[in-house]
Amino acid sequence: MTLTQNHFELFGFPVDFDIDQQQLSERYRELQRNLHPDRYANAPDQERRLAVQRAAQVNEAFQTLKSPLQRARYLLQLKGFDIDAEKETHQDAEFLMQQIELREALAEVQTAADPLDALSGIMQSIRESQAGLIAELQKRFAAKDEVDHLETRQVVQKMQFFSRLQQQAEEIEEQLVDAL
Amino acid sequence: MALLQISEPGQSTRPHEHRLAVGIDLGTTNSLVATVRSGKADTLPDEQQRHLLPSVVRYQADQPPLVGEEARRAATEDPLNTISSVKRYMGRGLQDIKNLTNRHAYEFADTDSNVPRFHTAMGDVTPVEVSSEILKVLKQRAEKSLGGELAGVVITVPAYFDDAQRQATKDAAKLAGLNVFRLLNEPTAAAVAYGLDKSAEGIIAVYDLGGGTFDISILRLNKGVFEVLATAGDSALGGDDFDRAIATWIMQQAGINDDADHHQLRRLMHEACAAKEALTEAERTTLKIELEDGSVWQGELDRERMHQLIDPLIQKTLLPCRRALRDAGISADEVQAVVMVGGSTRVPRVREKVGEAFKQEPLVDINPDTVVAIGAAIQADVLAGNKPDDEMLLLDVIPLSLGLETMGGLVEKIIPRNTTIPVARAQDFTTFKDGQTAMTIHVLQGERELVSDCRSLGRFTLHGIPAMVAGAARIRVSFQVDADGLLSVTAREETTGVQSGIEVKPSYGLTDSEIETMLRDSIEHAEDDVAARKLLEQQVEADRVLEALAVALAQDRALLSEAERTQIERAASRLQVKRDGKDHLAIKAAIEELDKTASDFVARRMDSSIRKALAGHKVEEFAGEEK
Repeated sequence: MTLTQNHFELFGFPVDFDIDQQQLSERYRELQRNLHPDRYANAPDQERRLAVQRAAQVNEAFQTLKSPLQRARYLLQLKGFDIDAEKETHQDAEFLMQQIELREALAEVQTAADPLDALSGIMQSIRESQAGLIAELQKRFAAKDEVDHLETRQVVQKMQFFSRLQQQAEEIEEQLVDAL
Repeated sequence: MALLQISEPGQSTRPHEHRLAVGIDLGTTNSLVATVRSGKADTLPDEQQRHLLPSVVRYQADQPPLVGEEARRAATEDPLNTISSVKRYMGRGLQDIKNLTNRHAYEFADTDSNVPRFHTAMGDVTPVEVSSEILKVLKQRAEKSLGGELAGVVITVPAYFDDAQRQATKDAAKLAGLNVFRLLNEPTAAAVAYGLDKSAEGIIAVYDLGGGTFDISILRLNKGVFEVLATAGDSALGGDDFDRAIATWIMQQAGINDDADHHQLRRLMHEACAAKEALTEAERTTLKIELEDGSVWQGELDRERMHQLIDPLIQKTLLPCRRALRDAGISADEVQAVVMVGGSTRVPRVREKVGEAFKQEPLVDINPDTVVAIGAAIQADVLAGNKPDDEMLLLDVIPLSLGLETMGGLVEKIIPRNTTIPVARAQDFTTFKDGQTAMTIHVLQGERELVSDCRSLGRFTLHGIPAMVAGAARIRVSFQVDADGLLSVTAREETTGVQSGIEVKPSYGLTDSEIETMLRDSIEHAEDDVAARKLLEQQVEADRVLEALAVALAQDRALLSEAERTQIERAASRLQVKRDGKDHLAIKAAIEELDKTASDFVARRMDSSIRKALAGHKVEEFAGEEK
């Protein structure tokens, strides 16, 4: 039996892109204080099972609301605009070029004179792009009922590209550091 | 027997009654049991005032197994029948054993089963059974000290233990007749003991190097909430490996060959361990080994040489430390304290290297031997219901990514490592062939991409999929990891709403029926009637359900309509009637019926209490803002 509320309702937030992270963390702790399976150690089996389910749902909601990318995706999903994480849609040429360049740069890191330094530069660049996209999302979602969902979806898709790139960069960093 | 541990039916849920609960540290080298009494947590000693119980079990023909110090002393005389460090074998298959470096230490039975069995004078025993002997001794010690039966225990496991290793630990507890409230990760347990002792807040790192396992956990402590940010480790690396490195060196020095007999190898390990411990205080130590021909070899080991031997192993622990910091998104500078846990952290070189890695002196004023058991005891006390107002909350994580085998021998991750538990993820599947009614899902744990590089957890076969055209079925499979870190799988065909039956075949573990058989065969249960045990189990659960329901109906009448309440009350009285009878299956059925009838009510209550909690919290927030 799942909760019928959406993630925002569960945490008592309005359905908005802007969320106070501090309040989010505090409410998360409050929810888990009530729901965590540890609270139901002596309860009958059915309540214990339900507690595990609910606690898992709260964890899921928390992770979604914490990450700007996941929050944006979720907001779009609530409006019926699903995003397939895998499918790449039409993006502007400039963006595609940027992605190709970044991917190439990552591939070349291993052969650079100072790989960790080169990598650090790329990661900085990714972070800056992500910050820019988050700012754009904030502006778009601030339009409330007038949000252009299709355009916003494009922005979210761009964020997904960067998120994947960041993951790859982190994996390369791990390899480089462990080899030291 | 688990059921006898729960207090008498009717008394089990009275809030004011103190329930006996203990924490157990089931260690590779030593085990301990601890409890909270008069607000203070202490380890419980045996009759000779010894707190540590060596995790050693000696099997002899026609005698009950010998556990502890006496068994440990016999290890060199009777190596094949004296099992030490059984923890290294828990949740592992025969293939894994071949990869363990201490595989020569014992003889394994030649069977078709994947579960390893030690071949001993008392027959073939699984690691689960060996562990249960250690747990039985601790259980007896606790019940004797506390003067009563235990309501339940919290048993600690390395944070890096996978599903099979955790399940094996739970199985051992079941065999020992213990009711497990929770499996608790060792670093988290240490953090609880340390955190509550020092009223600590902030980010801490727990470096736990035991006899056979290594864990590193990064936690945030905040107002009674212990949140694990990341954990990493190596479940096959520990102090035993330091001993082995030293023993190998001694062998080279003394001219002992690899094919030396078991007694010789055991003597070497003992001497190596003693030397390691001696070098904690001294700069050098003498070595004396009795050789097979009766002569005695003498030598010397100094600190510098020992460092050469163990440095590569210590280095192996620093890689997971870096990864944990990365996964947590924390730099070493942000760590406010490094807590050292496990006997092996006494080695000065370990402290030195860890200090370098974290750029600070690790804390050594905490007892590395008892801190885990103490933390477990604290949590056991809370879970037993002895502290209803306690605000402590432990948020732990899954240590290894969970994935599914997909086409081409690849693993697709569905739950990434360090996700807070409990966690549930769903994945949709469909059928290949027309009329297909079953499918098998292979679940694995690990970070790599290939099936062959990950640990197989088990195969889940879904039955009862409604026959349809190929590709028409939409089967939603839900993977849930509970607070113990254990996986359960449910599946439902979405277009028809039909729930699939799931058959689990663990890759490394005993099936439920094998455990049942062991329970039946174990000496203590020989006289017990299996049916009588099952009856009592159901009666206790029935009482729990009825009492909880009575409380719920009293508190939340408002959430039910007249009609609903009547239905529930009728189902409850039907259960009461069955409960007083002798048919355990009838009781089980009546419990299920009542559960179904009351399920909406239970959910409504839970949601209502969440809303109240949040509403109360929001008032606080608002009040806070006004200041």
